[in-house]
Amino acid sequence: MGKQIPMVDYLVLDDGAPHLVARSCNNCGALYFDRRNACARCGKNDFGTKQLGTTGTVRAFAIVHQAAPNVPVPFVSTVVDLEGGGHVKANIVNVEPSPEKVSLGMKVRLTTFVAGTDDDGTEAVAFGFEPA
Amino acid sequence: MAETVWVLGAAMTKIARYPDKDCTDLATEAALNALADGGTTIQDMEILACGNMFNGTDGQRILKQIGQTGIPVFNVTNACATGATAVRTVMLSILAGESDMGIAVGAEQMGKMGLLGPAGQARAEKHVFEPAGRYGAVMPAEGVLGTGLMPGVFGQAGMEYAYEHDGVGFEQFAKVAEKNHAHSTLNPLAQYQKRFSLEEIMEARMVAYPNTLPMCCPTGDGAAAIVLVSDSKLKTLSLEQQKRAVKISASVLTSDPYSETGDALPDVNTLTRNAAKLAYEKAGVGPADLNLVELHDCFATAELLHYDNLQLCEPGGAGAFIDSGAPWRDGKTPVNASGGLLSKGHPIGMTGAAGVFEITTQLRGEAGDRQIEGAKVGMAHVIGLGSSCAIHILEKTAA
Repeated sequence: MGKQIPMVDYLVLDDGAPHLVARSCNNCGALYFDRRNACARCGKNDFGTKQLGTTGTVRAFAIVHQAAPNVPVPFVSTVVDLEGGGHVKANIVNVEPSPEKVSLGMKVRLTTFVAGTDDDGTEAVAFGFEPA
Repeated sequence: MAETVWVLGAAMTKIARYPDKDCTDLATEAALNALADGGTTIQDMEILACGNMFNGTDGQRILKQIGQTGIPVFNVTNACATGATAVRTVMLSILAGESDMGIAVGAEQMGKMGLLGPAGQARAEKHVFEPAGRYGAVMPAEGVLGTGLMPGVFGQAGMEYAYEHDGVGFEQFAKVAEKNHAHSTLNPLAQYQKRFSLEEIMEARMVAYPNTLPMCCPTGDGAAAIVLVSDSKLKTLSLEQQKRAVKISASVLTSDPYSETGDALPDVNTLTRNAAKLAYEKAGVGPADLNLVELHDCFATAELLHYDNLQLCEPGGAGAFIDSGAPWRDGKTPVNASGGLLSKGHPIGMTGAAGVFEITTQLRGEAGDRQIEGAKVGMAHVIGLGSSCAIHILEKTAA
């Protein structure tokens, strides 16, 4: 097996169980997964990091049947309200992609999977959510 | 008190696919027709604003086809609110006292460009992972970490509303599409004029649950143009021009304020709510006064949210509102009597100007088979992701 790296920099694989971290505004507590020049909520530019919970609730989902080229379908896109704060977009995995099996308010937990491999054999590990 | 601004002329091309024309052809056709409709020529215009997203059509190119008079040109882009932003730009110039008459053009030629979104490109074949961008991503996230393509994004926005409110589901969303496709059969300017049963809509090919194909707007080509005039200038024009003029009672533009969930799921609600509140205040009218509404039904799910956002229904009651038939053309508040974006079409840069054209035409009593009888007050709403929301409230009243 080749080396594994997180697909995005807010997924942490090498510090205990896989989890997400957010940039956290030290003034107002707003959370961001992307690099910010300043806080969209309060305008201050002093950020720390916050480790987020690995369980949550499905706030919204869509079951995508028509997608961009090379994207396997169907897949379930979701927005999860994380326990302890934070809202994240991801796929719901390890469940049949149908409205009968996926529901609003469903409890889910973070899981990881290999999303791709580069020419050096390095694997990009992504995260998703599965029924808790 | 700022001066009142009026719509003097309005025109739109039929929305269709025009492989034999370019976007400037469409923009020019709409501009010349709007000028003629207002009883004016390009020589009368003191400002031009042009909205276009994808084609490089700008106001200067239009003037080269209809008259290079040397007037100031503003080229604007504001996602799906681009055309409405062009209208508002001309209005601001008049309100600022810099001009008395101007023209706004919104145009787009999309052809069959397919799904719109941040990641429509194919993945590279050969590569070594290297974190890049603000998320430190080593590969495209589309389809791996959820979706950013429009059908799924607006599907999720609809499901979020369903999560928060009772009586909303796939069937209520589908009923929106049933209504708008039915309405479009009366509109000769609509891209599609085909009625579908509720069953046909629900059983159609799924694009992104809960939006099936007829619940997603098509891509298409078209242009609309609006000629605006100041109150003082209008009083110097002919009685016929004054009689057909339509008052702009409110013109509002908002962007999305910070919300905790807005990065994970674009918030199309708060900026629309803010814009509606401000528009009602400015116009001195309430939702019950509206005789018709053209709102931004890019997807069937979106229309349902905006019943609530625009206060057309009881808070949380969008499902009951569509179930009751209230937004049908013979209902309490006709919504998208033109067929809406779902069937009339949605050439991005055109859409905001086309909404103002539609309300103007209805208030003038010139909407033909799709006329809402006796319409005196109407609203045109658009929202583009990023986000940008424009609302215009128009009134038929004596100049």
